[in-house]
Amino acid sequence: MIWLAWRQFRLPAAVAAGLLAALAAALAVTGPGIADAWTSGRAACAARGGDCATFAQEFFADHRGGYLTLVVLVLAVPGLIGLFWGAPLVARELEAGTHRLVWNQSVTRTRWLAVKLALVGAAAMAAAGLASLAVGWWSRPVDAAGAADLPRMDPVLFDARGLVPVAFAAFACALGVVAGMVARRTLAAMAVTLAGFALVQLAMPLLVRPHLLPPVVETVTVTRENLASFYAEGPDSPVRLDVKGPSGAWILANETVDAAGRVVPTVPLYLTSGPCSEGDAGGPTAECVGRVGELGFRQRLTYHPAERFWPLQWAEAGVYAALTAGLAGFAFWWLRRRVS
Amino acid sequence: MSAPVLRAEGLGRRYGRRWALRDCDLDVPAGHVVGLVGPNGAGKTTLLSVAAGQLAPTTGTVSVLGRAPAASPAHLGRVAFVAQDTPTYASLTVAEHLTLGARLNPRWDAATAADRIARVGLDPSAKAGRLSGGQRAQLALTLGIAKRPDLLILDEPVAALDPLACREFHQGLMEAVADLGMSVLLSSHLVSDLERTCDYVVVLVDSRVQVAGEVEDLLATHHRLTGPRRDGARLPSDQHVVAASHTGRQSTFVVRTREPVLDPAWRVSGLDLEDLVLSYMSAGARDAARPVLEVRR
Amino acid sequence: MIEFHLDTRSGVPPYQQIVRQVRHALRLGLVKEGDRLPTVKEVVGTLAVNPNTVLKAYRELEHEGLVAARPGLGTFVTATLADASLAAHGPLREELRRWLAKARLAGLDDESIEALFHATFQAASREASA
Repeated sequence: MIWLAWRQFRLPAAVAAGLLAALAAALAVTGPGIADAWTSGRAACAARGGDCATFAQEFFADHRGGYLTLVVLVLAVPGLIGLFWGAPLVARELEAGTHRLVWNQSVTRTRWLAVKLALVGAAAMAAAGLASLAVGWWSRPVDAAGAADLPRMDPVLFDARGLVPVAFAAFACALGVVAGMVARRTLAAMAVTLAGFALVQLAMPLLVRPHLLPPVVETVTVTRENLASFYAEGPDSPVRLDVKGPSGAWILANETVDAAGRVVPTVPLYLTSGPCSEGDAGGPTAECVGRVGELGFRQRLTYHPAERFWPLQWAEAGVYAALTAGLAGFAFWWLRRRVS
Repeated sequence: MSAPVLRAEGLGRRYGRRWALRDCDLDVPAGHVVGLVGPNGAGKTTLLSVAAGQLAPTTGTVSVLGRAPAASPAHLGRVAFVAQDTPTYASLTVAEHLTLGARLNPRWDAATAADRIARVGLDPSAKAGRLSGGQRAQLALTLGIAKRPDLLILDEPVAALDPLACREFHQGLMEAVADLGMSVLLSSHLVSDLERTCDYVVVLVDSRVQVAGEVEDLLATHHRLTGPRRDGARLPSDQHVVAASHTGRQSTFVVRTREPVLDPAWRVSGLDLEDLVLSYMSAGARDAARPVLEVRR
Repeated sequence: MIEFHLDTRSGVPPYQQIVRQVRHALRLGLVKEGDRLPTVKEVVGTLAVNPNTVLKAYRELEHEGLVAARPGLGTFVTATLADASLAAHGPLREELRRWLAKARLAGLDDESIEALFHATFQAASREASA
């Protein structure tokens, strides 16, 4: 059975291996140059005693295009696997009628599906893992340069790093297989898989990940140092403000609360009159910011700190693993009960 | 050779609200080439799929070679099934199909397989997707035979074949039966496909079994009676009327009886298998078309 | 070696057709004592008939003492039907030819001749068996 599963999977596997090799080659050629530029640039700015933050910003801006393309690529790998490996795996057999040939060899259907799923699932995880590793290696200098603007806890980066791509690939593969078994048409299965992939890709950071671990809630006094933004929507509008979160954290909420602890959208201060009518290059005056505290307003931050990266990765990988196991279980049940 | 190849009791299969097969009772002994005949849509494929373990029955029980269909890998190995339209993997070569058979079947007979492929003139390096219908059928038959099954099930194997390919297919099949002594269960909507090859027939019309038995026995117990017009109800009780037709003065009956027909008014003649099957088919179709008057609750 | 053929429209059971073809060949001296009949596999391979049909025909021939099966070797002819009657074939054929010429002179076409022959033949054999 392993022979047959491999024989059928040979071509898609070769195509994927070719694409991965091309990616790896491109990364291997360009990666060292970027790493050198980063190291030497840092050394130069440190020697000058200058501001390395500016260099980092410029470096990040210079490589932003390629960097984000690679992030999107890693995000897309699980989807491509689900579409081109998962969906046709069983649907193609049902479409061509070959399931009626293979189910009559001396191999039970359960074993047939188990071998196919194991082979393609393992390949899917390996492919996603390799892509994520290679891109991660290439991106290290850019990651470091962009840590302030785009920390790895950011939803865009989080899905493209670490364990999650591997687990997501397994899930997308199982999703494709189940869609194929139920739809019995490769094309329909691919459409369903694509829709499911996009849905999960959105739902995970928006609805699920924030709650995987209880977020840290912190209420801080607004100071000139921690103020991130301080603006009004018009000359007569009250002021809105945000504060800076801890470095590298994933900020879920940045809310102003009044003395009673209620969330308020604005603070009754105006940029046209009163203590906040004047400011300097560093933002509002100390008196203005002090007034915010005197009026009883403080800022409440809800966030996952940077050091939760790996716990959250494990938790999310666990969620995908559970979903994958559920889909696989359903696939076996459906195979025995409904498909014929 | 003791357990019946196929035994069914009250077997039925429903798709949604439509019964594809119902009240099916069969007891087919081993060592026969069994022809399953009936019009298209009569439930032949359903019955064969259930027997091959591809489909679970809705009601009743079925056993194949004494066990539930597809009960275990070992049991799967004893039954070969060549599905309708003889599916094969289009992208695999003939030789790779044989490898598939060898890898997936512990009783695989590589010599028989290679020999058959050579004799029917298949190129081992040809992709199955490029074979003609007849060649594909031969490949599927080879896969079934080389598995060394005790029962070979074939669903409409020759429906899509031209007469020459059909003849070659039957020749190959009968050679294998002579060689390996397996039982065969094959279906067709044409009696002529099965006339020479089958020694046992099951006639299936409108999801029900109309008659089943050894061909020789059926031919010996069915007679066509022709004579002056008469009501079928007035025939002796041992004569079961299968089909009746009347003209102004003449009646023709096809009856089944184990007793000799003694009434001198009748001209008695035998039937060939095709006549016999067609009598049952038209009787079954008439029953199906008759409006049902039973009260439904 | 003898080669069988089947006429499915004749109404004669296939095994009977095989039996008759063997007898016919024996009668005409086409097969002789010691000749091997084709194996069951060879027959089904050309006729596409059920092996049981051939087995049944061979069993019947064996029962009649015309052939014998030697395990592992095949089925061999052990008797002949040609000896005495073969000599009589010539004169009988001559007579039949003369009769056919007479029938044509009387205006019978092929079909009528065949019908007349069959009817007479059947009536005669019925009388003989009665």
